[in-house]
This record gives sequence, C-alpha cells and structure tokens, in this order.
Amino acid sequence: MNSVILEGITKTYDDGNVMAVDNVSLQVKPGELFGLIGPDGAGKTSIFRILTTLLLADKGTASVQGLDVVKDYRKIRNMIGYMPGKFSLYQDLTVKENLTFFATLFGTTIAENYEVIKDIYDQIKPFNDRRAGKLSGGMKQKLALCCALIHKPEVLFLDEPTTGVDVVSRREFWDILNQLKAQGITIMVSTPYMDEAILCERIALMQEGSIMQVDTPQQIIRSYPVRLYAAKADNIYKLVQDFRMLDAVSSCYAFGEYLHLTMKADKPGDIDALREYGISHGHQGLEVKEIEPGIEDTFIRLMNRKAQTNG
Amino acid sequence: MKQLLVFIRKEFYHVFRDRRTLLIMFGLPVAQILLFGYALTSEVKNAHIIISDQSMDANTTKIIHKIQSSSYFITEVKSLAGEEIDAAFRKGVVRAVLIFPPQFGEDLQHKGKANVQIVADGADPNTAKTIINYLTAILGDYQQSLADGASAPPGIVPELRMLYNPEGNGSLNFIPGVIALIFMIVCSTLTSVSIVREKELGTMEILLVSPFHPIMVLIAKAIPFLVLSLVNFTFILVLSVGFLDIAIKGSILLLFAESTLFIITCLSVGLLISNIANSQQAAMLISMMGMMLPTLLLTGFMYPLDNMPYILQLISNVVPARWYYLIVKAVMLKGLGFSYIWKETLVLVGMTTVLLSLALLKFKTRLS
Repeated sequence: MNSVILEGITKTYDDGNVMAVDNVSLQVKPGELFGLIGPDGAGKTSIFRILTTLLLADKGTASVQGLDVVKDYRKIRNMIGYMPGKFSLYQDLTVKENLTFFATLFGTTIAENYEVIKDIYDQIKPFNDRRAGKLSGGMKQKLALCCALIHKPEVLFLDEPTTGVDVVSRREFWDILNQLKAQGITIMVSTPYMDEAILCERIALMQEGSIMQVDTPQQIIRSYPVRLYAAKADNIYKLVQDFRMLDAVSSCYAFGEYLHLTMKADKPGDIDALREYGISHGHQGLEVKEIEPGIEDTFIRLMNRKAQTNG
Repeated sequence: MKQLLVFIRKEFYHVFRDRRTLLIMFGLPVAQILLFGYALTSEVKNAHIIISDQSMDANTTKIIHKIQSSSYFITEVKSLAGEEIDAAFRKGVVRAVLIFPPQFGEDLQHKGKANVQIVADGADPNTAKTIINYLTAILGDYQQSLADGASAPPGIVPELRMLYNPEGNGSLNFIPGVIALIFMIVCSTLTSVSIVREKELGTMEILLVSPFHPIMVLIAKAIPFLVLSLVNFTFILVLSVGFLDIAIKGSILLLFAESTLFIITCLSVGLLISNIANSQQAAMLISMMGMMLPTLLLTGFMYPLDNMPYILQLISNVVPARWYYLIVKAVMLKGLGFSYIWKETLVLVGMTTVLLSLALLKFKTRLS
C-alpha cells in the first residue's frame, strides 16, 4: 500500500476563481523520498495542506497511510510530521524551549525519541539556550526539522524547507533527509530549486496546479527527446536575439553563463549550422557544444509545450 | 493535561519576554489611573477669578475672605471697567469675574437686598456652571449668616448630601470605567493578537496538525491573560485605594468574582476577533475600534447614557462593559450585595455564553 495517495484532487480559492490544484493524482511509496518540484504558485503548498488535513479539497480523494484526509483527520494528525513553508518557530523561545514545547504538544518527550533527532539535534545543541530568533537560517531549519520529527512521525511533509537557506546548509539538510529516509520515514518534500530535484528518489514536476511528469530524476532527464546545445559568446545578449531570429531554432533561453538551445529538426549537423550562423553574425569568442540536459531543461521544455497546447 | 500546562507556560514566556506586551499590560493601568485621577478631572479646583469690589465695605470684605479661604479659587481683587473685563477673559486665564456694585453694602443694609454680577467664561459651559454654583453658594451662605439672629424671612433651606460620595471625589465615578476599559484592552486585544501572531508565524499550522485538541489551543491562550488580568485588577484596586482615596465599600470577593466573569467576556471577544483577523494589525484595529470606543463612550462613565439619543441608549445595552460598570459601581462604591446586581450579572453571563460559544464554534480546525 502506498504511503500517500492523491486521486483527482482539485482545489480552488476565491469561490473557484483561482485554480490552485488541478485534478492531481499521485502516489508516494512507503519509505520514499518524494519531491514536488515547481515554481512559486505551482500548487505545492496547497497539496501539502490537503495532505496534512489543513485544507479540504474541492474534488477528489486523498489518503495518508491508508487513512482518509477528511474522515480520519484526527488519526492522521497523530502520525505525520509537518514543516510549513513559512514556519519560523517561536522566535522568543530558546532552542530547548521550542523543542520541549513541540515534544509535549505531540505527547512525547525529547528523551523518548532522542534517537530520531539525535544527528540533527547534536548540531544545534550548543545553542540550547539561545533564542530561536537569534539563530542562523540553517540552524533555524534544523531546529524546525527537529520539532517536526520529535514525535517520530511515519510520514514527513516538508514544504520548501530549504528556501532562504545558504548553499552549505542546504546540502547538509539533504544529507539529513537521506538519513531520515534510512530510518524508514516516508518523506514528501517540495522545492523550487531544480538542483535539489536530483536528490529525490522520485519527483513530480508541477506547473500552474497540475503535474507535468512523475518519474525518477534520472528517467526524467533520459526522457529528454531532443539534443540540447549550449552556446556562449562575448556579447551574450546579442547572441540570444540572433539565435531567436533563426527559424530552425525551437527554443533558446539563458542558463547561467550559457544559452541552451534545441532545434526543430534535431539533426546531427545542427551544431555546425549554429556555429556558422554565430560567426556569420560577427560573434567573438563563440562556443557551441552539445550537453546533457538537466531537470530544469526538462521543466522548461514541458512548460513551453503546455503553454503551446493551452494557447 | 501536561500539554496544557506546557502550553500555558509558553504563553507566559511570550508575555514576559515582550516589552510591548508588558508595557500594555502593566504600564497602561498606571497611566490611565494617574491620567484620569489627576489630569482629566472634571472638578473645578484653583480656578482663576477676579473680584471687582467697587463697594469696599465690611460686607464685601467678609464675602471676599470667604471666597479666598475656599480651595476652589485663586482670587485677584482689582477694580475693572467694562472693556477691561472683556480683555481679561480674552487672555484665557480668568474663568469668572465677580462684581460688587458701588452701593452693594448700602443696599444690603437699608433695602435688605443687593445685586452682584457674576460674569463667567461660557466657552467651557460645565466649568462656568460649576464656578457660578460655588460662588452663589458662598453668597447664599453669607446671606444665611446675616439672617441668623434677626427675624429670618421664611424660606426653604435645602440640606444637601452627596450620597456614597460625600466629598464629591470625582475619581469614584471613573475608576469602575477605567477598570472596564483596561480589561477590554488587555484581554481582547492581547488575546486576539497573540493568537493571530501564531497564524502569521505559521506555528498555527503545526498546532492544528498536532494531536492537541484545537479548542485547547484557545483555552491555553486565554488562561494566562485571565491570570494576568486578575493580577492587574488587584494592582488597580491598590492604586485606587492608595492614591485616589477610594474606599472599597462592598465585598472584595464579590468584586473579584464579577471581574472574573467580565474578564472571561473580554477574552471571548478576543477569541472571536482572532477568528476574523488574519494579521496582527487587523486584530489590533478591530479590537481598538470595535471594543475600545464603545467601552469609552457607551458605558456611561464618561458621558451620561441618559443624555444620549434613544438609539444609542439601545446600542449601549449590548456593550458588556456597560453592565460591568454598573456592577462595579454598586459593589465597590455603594457596598451593595449580590441581591442588588443579579440582573446585571445575569446579562453578563448571557453575553459571555453567547460570545464564548460563538468563538469556540467558529474556531477553525482547518485553515479555511
């Protein structure tokens, strides 16, 4: 049986005028580290709130550990851990006080479930008597995770846990998630960062309330249907404009210091044609190469295709 | 049960670690009591008056002595002509001018009847009236003393007695009002703000997702403010007795019981507001506008309700502070027992039941 099941979940706000989640179906296996990937406003938070029994869906059914989110909401509340996106703890309480409070609230003690949080808590223990408001972003996040884990939940929901956290802390955070997974906890995490998608076992790419693709990150990358090229030149701004004028180019967008391009025809000789085209437009320092696509390339491709079918 | 205790302890941490909350909680009562007790008093004390004595005889001298010996006035004796009176008023310091005409003494001796003129600054009618009353009283007193011994003309002599407040201490009237006002602010505003803050911080989502019953969240929020308000109440009573010379005539126990009831009313209002408001500012505005103004204006402690248009009198019936004000006045100032205030108490109990059930029913166990 799957840990989390969503079937045809639809959620609208403002009397149906704003579509937040559009007919989403999804399964998360027990013990899986599952990622919801998508930009702000994709509907990730709404899905989390429906699963944590905080919101009622307009249509569809959902269950967590086999329990219905509407009927059995009190039972679900006992067995899940949840870290909301804007969760910021009690700023005026110390680390220890925050943790004690949440432990008691969930009917347990720090000592009782110490082994669940030990690895994370050890890192913030030196700051036990510091107020949460005075912690760094990464520390706050670890404390919040401790608070969500203190009652040893079966399923953990983390809504954008790494937003606003520095790169080093983000990496540490994902290491921690993998350790938790090793303890058998099912984890559902959302993030707007594509580079974090690769760290999940399976991901769902979301855009405007609907799911575009669900698979392992590797499979999603492998399923990229065409060759992808990267190009750069001294005047990158002019290069974008020039390539976009070219009829054979299917898509062209800036990606870091490079442009990423796909071709309509997708033939082996495309790379030379692009090079010649660039030189003929007088570009200095031109470089064109074929590259492996990333999650973000897939995302942009799916997004464009959706926009085309819609418009 | 342990959950509730830890939750309540957390709430106390919040209160004691936030300077603003502490200031509202304990600074406000002191400021209000001192302001109303000493600054915003409607009594007339040390009013500047000028006495223009154009008669200068034994009678006027005696009257002037009488006026000078009262604590109501700061007097200045000098003769003023018509335009000079106007000029004196325009400067704004002089509140009234008492003029004895040249033949005052003579008329009084021979005709048994004399005229004086009192000119008062009507720009502030209440003060003017009070000053005129004081001055006429002094004049009447003097007339009485003249009549003594001689064949007094028959007349009606009113014997005045201010019941419950023989000294005319103005603090008596507003202390119950201030207490009601402080409870309204402390309980309604602080409670609603403290719940809405959890919404803003995102911690409300966790509280709801936890196995802790949502209703217990409200109870845990309310209890600390109930306790603190009772401490506050004691504090106000001590201030009133110590600084404003107010004697508590009735049963202190009854006073505390009724106050606890009113605090629960205010807490229910605060809980109700927290259901509607989604930001701390909104909660603050609703409780300030929606609660403070009616409490100030429609309880009868600043402006007599009987003078208001009928429709406002009707509205004042739904202001809880109005009933509490009557109760405190009855118990604290008049020393009346429960048998005299059971009706008001019943009204408050009714209001509290309705407000509290509404607040509990409307409390969302989900986010929307």
